[in-house]
Amino acid sequence: MQLDETLKGMLIDHVPHARAIGLEIVWAEKARARLKVPYASHLVGNPDTGVIHGGVITTMLDNACGVATQMALGEPSAIATLDLRIDYMRPAEPKLDIFGEAHCFKVTKSVAFVRGTAFHDDINNPIATCMSAFMLAANRAGPPSSGMREKIMGEMDKLAGKDGPKTRGEG
Amino acid sequence: MRDLELISQGRDINEVMASIPYVAFLGITFEKVADELLGKLTFKQDLIGNPSLPALHGGVIGGFLETAAIVQVARESKIRVLPKTIDITIDYLRSGRPLDTYARATITKHGRRVANVQVVAWQDDPEKPIAAAHGHFLLEPLGDPESSAA
Repeated sequence: MQLDETLKGMLIDHVPHARAIGLEIVWAEKARARLKVPYASHLVGNPDTGVIHGGVITTMLDNACGVATQMALGEPSAIATLDLRIDYMRPAEPKLDIFGEAHCFKVTKSVAFVRGTAFHDDINNPIATCMSAFMLAANRAGPPSSGMREKIMGEMDKLAGKDGPKTRGEG
Repeated sequence: MRDLELISQGRDINEVMASIPYVAFLGITFEKVADELLGKLTFKQDLIGNPSLPALHGGVIGGFLETAAIVQVARESKIRVLPKTIDITIDYLRSGRPLDTYARATITKHGRRVANVQVVAWQDDPEKPIAAAHGHFLLEPLGDPESSAA
């Protein structure tokens, strides 16, 4: 699926930290999303090995889980990460881009449950996996991003009409 | 990292931190307060994850907590390579406002191969933490050939 530029813009370009680490949305569909962080020297956590810092993987997985949750919700909703657990299976390899795929597998009235996986080229050989819970309708009293969210949901509806992809991992 | 031995010897941690690109990029520094190590994440616009609130990116807070935990373990261990994160669980308690953030890590158990660490982060009021984390970190003691968490 080719993601609409407008949607990408709203989910990434308007998020300063996503821009700062070069985060990209590869694709997004109902309840699922795949993001990418290109290898970059300012993201290195161990200068001896050139391996990317775990915080970058945390950021990408948190964001991927958030996008998957947005894609799972039937109507615009502000969400907030309640908790996020990351398990590191192996070190990332230097010089390689990192992908993060997330699947929002359950939405209740108040909470969404999401799993995610970070990997280089094979989702079955993960760098890290994560499990997270999001509170829905967070910041209800606060001033909103709701205009933005409605726009995002509109874009998602358009996307939903297009042909689906592709290989899916267990996100 | 070679510099780890310097940390456990009490050398200036910020010199070592400045040599780690991602830590320097986020703007994480450490200071000693009454013999405790306090991590500081200096606010900058690049750390924002939700521009409409605005709020710090949850991943930035997670990376900060993980860094504070690793540095605390490095400081209290005789190891030659950075402790490896086995797992970390982050509880988000309040949204991170566009302010400087502080963190303190406590080692709850320091085993031969694994350290259990808890970390708390707050902004202007230590009584109102914005996030808490606990994690397991793999140690490679001098002379231990094992190198993977598996």
